[in-house]
Amino acid sequence: MTELNTLKISEARDALRKGDVTSVELTQACLTAIEGADALGAFVHKTPEIAMEQAQAADARIKAGDAPDMCGIPMGIKDLFCTKGVPSQAASGILNGFKPEYESTITSQLFDAGTVMLGKLNMDEFAMGSSNETSVYGNAVNPWRAGNSDAALTPGGSSGGSASAVSSDLCLAATGTDTGGSIRQPAAFTGITGIKPTYGRCSRWGIVAFASSLDQAGPMTKDVRDAAILLEAMCGHDPKDSTSADLAVPNFEAMLTGDIRGKTIGIPKEYRMDGMPDEIEALWAEGRAMLEDAGAKIVDISLPHTKYALPAYYVIAPAEASSNLARYDGVRYGHRATLAQGDGITEMYEKTRAEGFGAEVQRRVMVGTYVLSAGFYDAYYNRARKVRTLIKKDFEDVFAEGVDAILTPATPSAAFELGKEVSDPVEMYLNDVFTVTVNLAGLPGIAVPTGLDKQGLPLGLQLIGRPWEEGDLLNTAYALENAAGFVAKPAKWW
Amino acid sequence: MSIDTDTAARVAKLARIKVEDDALPALAQEFNNILGFIEQLNEVDVDGVEPMVSVTPMRLKRRKDGVTDGDQQDKVLANAPDSREGFFAVPKVVE
Repeated sequence: MTELNTLKISEARDALRKGDVTSVELTQACLTAIEGADALGAFVHKTPEIAMEQAQAADARIKAGDAPDMCGIPMGIKDLFCTKGVPSQAASGILNGFKPEYESTITSQLFDAGTVMLGKLNMDEFAMGSSNETSVYGNAVNPWRAGNSDAALTPGGSSGGSASAVSSDLCLAATGTDTGGSIRQPAAFTGITGIKPTYGRCSRWGIVAFASSLDQAGPMTKDVRDAAILLEAMCGHDPKDSTSADLAVPNFEAMLTGDIRGKTIGIPKEYRMDGMPDEIEALWAEGRAMLEDAGAKIVDISLPHTKYALPAYYVIAPAEASSNLARYDGVRYGHRATLAQGDGITEMYEKTRAEGFGAEVQRRVMVGTYVLSAGFYDAYYNRARKVRTLIKKDFEDVFAEGVDAILTPATPSAAFELGKEVSDPVEMYLNDVFTVTVNLAGLPGIAVPTGLDKQGLPLGLQLIGRPWEEGDLLNTAYALENAAGFVAKPAKWW
Repeated sequence: MSIDTDTAARVAKLARIKVEDDALPALAQEFNNILGFIEQLNEVDVDGVEPMVSVTPMRLKRRKDGVTDGDQQDKVLANAPDSREGFFAVPKVVE
């Protein structure tokens, strides 16, 4: 038998049901793998006791014969999710020591389904970043390396710990969150699958808020089938999130037929960027050919406002962040600065936030404060919201013309070296150029690994679907996955 | 639009983040880089376009305006840096 931690959710589920393996065995295999992988910086709070307790309960439930698909599956949870009694810091110093007294809706649903939590996963601070370098815990590292180089590469961000952990088989799957590409970009950088569902599919309750109109949680998994299984467990209406959609959740896995004959796939010309590496261009062309061979109709489309998505995002996201992060004031939870003689409450706020927030978070909070301030609100914030309306309309127009899904590259490059892009924030922001439109339009998007670059690093393509049609999107992704046949794994060095 | 150190200081104050005086010029420069990037939005014709309020066209649900939760003072205070006699404690606010 292969090492149990390398199993996919679907394989583990079937083996558990047949009695070939127990959740305790699966969980022990993952915990052993995690113990030997500190060099990856993926797990930042380990919860072996909780994991073993949950695994034993799952085994009892499986034996009783009435277990959901996710029962007994060991997972990692992004640090952005509040987990009761377990540190939940959003990788920030300002939440140092914070142990929630409550459980996020998504982790509640997963635990109710019998899922096992191995621990909390590294990420960019408050999910602000594209390289996992803004974390208070230090960098998460990509298990992949370029050629014979031993330079440490970024796993992407913000869900960098999730991507690193799934890619290196420390867990069977992980939760991620995606505000501008934070599931799809790290998935592409590490050769795994990640889907951001339609805005409103997954409850945001108990997930530390960054930009509430853009944030969505989603699965990060070893293949498309696993993404379908885990997504179904994460979705559902939640009265505690007023933007949660009251819609039935389909059986996504049952929709994976691999048959995409007659589907129309759009190729947006605006995603062909100046200076895009030839390898990305070639990967995209191959993906187009794969879907065509599978029987889809390929059409060239235009999404004319694509170019303005990143600038609009860098108004809207910081604006919402400055508002959401106002709650970290040193009064109710987390860090409070030591005060000098005579300091009043304003000094307490200012010192606490200067000590607790990292540089990128401070930058975004202040940019957000500026664009919302009197005199600039219309020029920046309202203008960005109008541009957002136009970006969404671009997609509505092509869907109205009969396009079922849109194929784009997932990232403008393969994973880059840690420390390389940190110096210029705007350069770093360009990482999300292909993913951020999807958040602004509230659409589902999935990254699927389809090839390796000449240095042997994974590259991914993105498929964008119609709102609420994750099942159809997953099926198109499944056809792409079948055609690409991506099976490469990183060579173990950690 | 160019941001000077006075504006940077004002924004830091509004955001309640302490920034030392010697760090203000670099901060102003970073703001200018980011705002320069955002300026591209001025190229877009937004006449007659409604600013987006909700990305999915949904009606917010209504519920009875009643108490649904409470009676957990100890839990509410459990993570407070300083709590006394059932309250959050902060430095003196009123003279």
